[in-house]
Amino acid sequence: MIMEPSTLQLVWFGLVAVLWIGFLVLEGFDFGVGMLIPYLGRNDKERRVLVNTIGPLWDGNEVWLITAGGAMFAAFPGWYATLFSAMYLPFFLILLALIVRGLAFEYRAKRPEQSWKYRWDRGASIGSFVVPFVLGVGFSNFVIGMPVAVAEGRASVHVFTGGFWSLFSPFALLGGVVFVALFLFHGAIFIALKTRGEVHERAKLFAERLGLGTIGGGAIWLLWSNFAYGTGASGWILALVAAAGLVMAWYMVRADRDGWAFVGTAVATVVIGISIFLRMYPDLGFDNSAAAATPLNIVTASASPTTLTIMTWTAAFFIPIVLAYQGWTYWVFRRRLSTKNIPDDAHAPEPVA
Amino acid sequence: MLTRYIARMDPVTIARWQFGITTVYHWFFVPITLALSFIVAIFQTLWVRSGNDKYLRLTKFYGKLFLINFAMGVVTGIVQEFQFGMNWSEYSRFVGDIFGAPLALEALLAFFMESVFLGLWIFGWDRLPQKIHAACIWMVAIGTNLSAIFILAANSFMQNPQGGVYNPVTDRAEMADFGAVLTNPVLLWALPHTLMASWLTASALVAAVSGWHLSKLNRTAAAAEEADGADAEPAKPKDNTEAAHRFAATFAAIAMLVSGVGLTLTGDESGKIMTQVQPMKMAAAEALYESAGGDGSGAPFSILTIGTLDGSRPLFAIEVPNLLSFLATGTWDGRVQGINELKEAHAQGQLVDPTNELQRAYADHMRAWGVETATPIIPVTYWSFRLMIGLGMAAVGVAVLLLWFLRKGKLPPNHIIWTLLMIAMTLGPLFANSFGWIFTEMGRQPWLVSGVLPTMAGISPGVTATEMLISVIGYTLVYGALAVVEVGLMLKYIKLGLPEVEPVQQITDDDDVLSFAY
Repeated sequence: MIMEPSTLQLVWFGLVAVLWIGFLVLEGFDFGVGMLIPYLGRNDKERRVLVNTIGPLWDGNEVWLITAGGAMFAAFPGWYATLFSAMYLPFFLILLALIVRGLAFEYRAKRPEQSWKYRWDRGASIGSFVVPFVLGVGFSNFVIGMPVAVAEGRASVHVFTGGFWSLFSPFALLGGVVFVALFLFHGAIFIALKTRGEVHERAKLFAERLGLGTIGGGAIWLLWSNFAYGTGASGWILALVAAAGLVMAWYMVRADRDGWAFVGTAVATVVIGISIFLRMYPDLGFDNSAAAATPLNIVTASASPTTLTIMTWTAAFFIPIVLAYQGWTYWVFRRRLSTKNIPDDAHAPEPVA
Repeated sequence: MLTRYIARMDPVTIARWQFGITTVYHWFFVPITLALSFIVAIFQTLWVRSGNDKYLRLTKFYGKLFLINFAMGVVTGIVQEFQFGMNWSEYSRFVGDIFGAPLALEALLAFFMESVFLGLWIFGWDRLPQKIHAACIWMVAIGTNLSAIFILAANSFMQNPQGGVYNPVTDRAEMADFGAVLTNPVLLWALPHTLMASWLTASALVAAVSGWHLSKLNRTAAAAEEADGADAEPAKPKDNTEAAHRFAATFAAIAMLVSGVGLTLTGDESGKIMTQVQPMKMAAAEALYESAGGDGSGAPFSILTIGTLDGSRPLFAIEVPNLLSFLATGTWDGRVQGINELKEAHAQGQLVDPTNELQRAYADHMRAWGVETATPIIPVTYWSFRLMIGLGMAAVGVAVLLLWFLRKGKLPPNHIIWTLLMIAMTLGPLFANSFGWIFTEMGRQPWLVSGVLPTMAGISPGVTATEMLISVIGYTLVYGALAVVEVGLMLKYIKLGLPEVEPVQQITDDDDVLSFAY
């Protein structure tokens, strides 16, 4: 069954990709910062510097994920339905991790005891590790193609047939590790960019050391995906750009050009995202060989033209507004932080009771 | 043994429990957020306009409680968006064309707005001009309330599936008229009802917290009088703590009375819509087995029934004559269909709402599931309906009491009973919200989409009972632990009382100490 996708279907596939990639670039450094809190912050004030670099920003960054999920639900109900039920336990893990790390940022400062704060820091660190690892495994599985079959007697209902353990192939596990390394690198550079003083130096040193490993791991994953699950010349070009971004980031962080280093990891993340979504076109990351007559793809999973039209107009109007005010927060909180900026822990007049 | 037991467990039951647990839990935080955002915005605006520190202290104090609560609402909300796809994938596929759009719009229009502006508000005290900073909390409030519109639009479609058509080619419901989805009569009354319930809940929290602090000041006053004369304490600077709490408690108690009236009116209208589009739910709310009224007499509303709710005669009942007729139809002698009559009609092929296009178009597929004569679980609907109303009204009653104790500059009694009363006033509306939603969702059964898609038809075909069991246990444990943390933090900050405030300096230099940091 070969069908040409409509313009609106292409637009929404692109928008879903943009939302996911935006999430990876923005929340990516939040994950890095979250993982690094206990390791780059030697005392409470240093940890607070780290938390405060993303304090006003992380929640807005996470909305990119919610919007990506909402956009999939609205624009490709078939994709949303089959994907999230297929990735049941992995996504359950992601949700638990997101709960813990989100609360960790918001609650760590709410009590004065160091044990309370450090426990939340550990939660932030583990949560910020779990999410990119599982996402790396997940996206690698989309690159491989997740096998689906049609549910009995219902041509438009697709069910994942691979089973839970099939998700953990060596390629997928490497993908998990690469995502973690990439966001550690991205996050360390973000910290370097947003801090001064000792924390800045330590983050820089960490990024320098980690950089080569990230470049190496990323290169293997990119080569593997192009050899085994290639998309032709465009895939190779994107892989080269991604590698160049990582190398640039590593070079720039050594040259004390934090801003350019951040551009490097951001470009690498964007380009890796583009190459994954390119590979997911038009089968949305599914392997339809068991459903060849009635596949699950950009055409069959899509919403009706009416819904897509409504969504397109709304998105065209509101996305620029959202980008404008989210951009503005980055401007408002543009200053670098150091331990000098962090107020002393002002805890608390005596309770009345 | 255990694995065999699990294997026999019904995924639909587990998925329903998970939805119930995660949704009721999520909805402890949402109603507080919806209205407390506005209350904090009002306090801050009063401060900006008057320069009176008591409003700033209230802003910071209730702002902190708002944030503790908001964080829980955010993180438990993410689960909500994704569990449709995880547990209810066939439902998601079947109605995604209609149901997905409000969810996507909710994220794009509401979630970005509330999250981004909340970040600006929390950290922006020393970086934004005063008025722009105050505007940020208004944006948060508007954002959170926008999200209520979209999610209620999605839910109202499930209660009264209007605006959709059935497409046999794609085998799903599709959007016919988005305007009809957004002007669903269920939505038009559920929205104000939900927002007023939120005002009742958040105001009850504010009234109770400030009411409790005022009672504690009562002791301080008594102790000071006793100590008076012994040794004269050094003169303190004029303290505005009492004035601040008095303002907050009075404001919130009046807000509770207003929302109480609003809830009665909107609830009444919702009942009449419900009678039209979900008559079985109305009958189940009353446990009305035999049709009543319409023959010159009206159907009574039972306040309380002791005995079984299975249609046999109750042992003991308190009833208000004719009230059910009025609630359901707007006339004192209107006829209200009973469960047995409706069951019979459904068995004869009558649809839940015979005028509904989607129900008509999908009727043959729907009947293949053979659930059209099933009813909601009557004791659940009967009692949740009464608890919703009773707990809400009781809280309003306590608010009246609070106002009476605050008359002419008096303070409430410093007594354990007062403290318990304040705790009860906070919990009443909170649980009334839970019971309201339990009634709404359980009363819709056996349907996921009323009269169209049975609940069991919406389950994910590829997910096993074991997987669902793992997630429901996981969420329950984590949510339970977080409840302890959350309540602990709320109590800690409630007891700390109003913070001292200092003038905020704008950051101008890289080495300036921030006025606020995590």
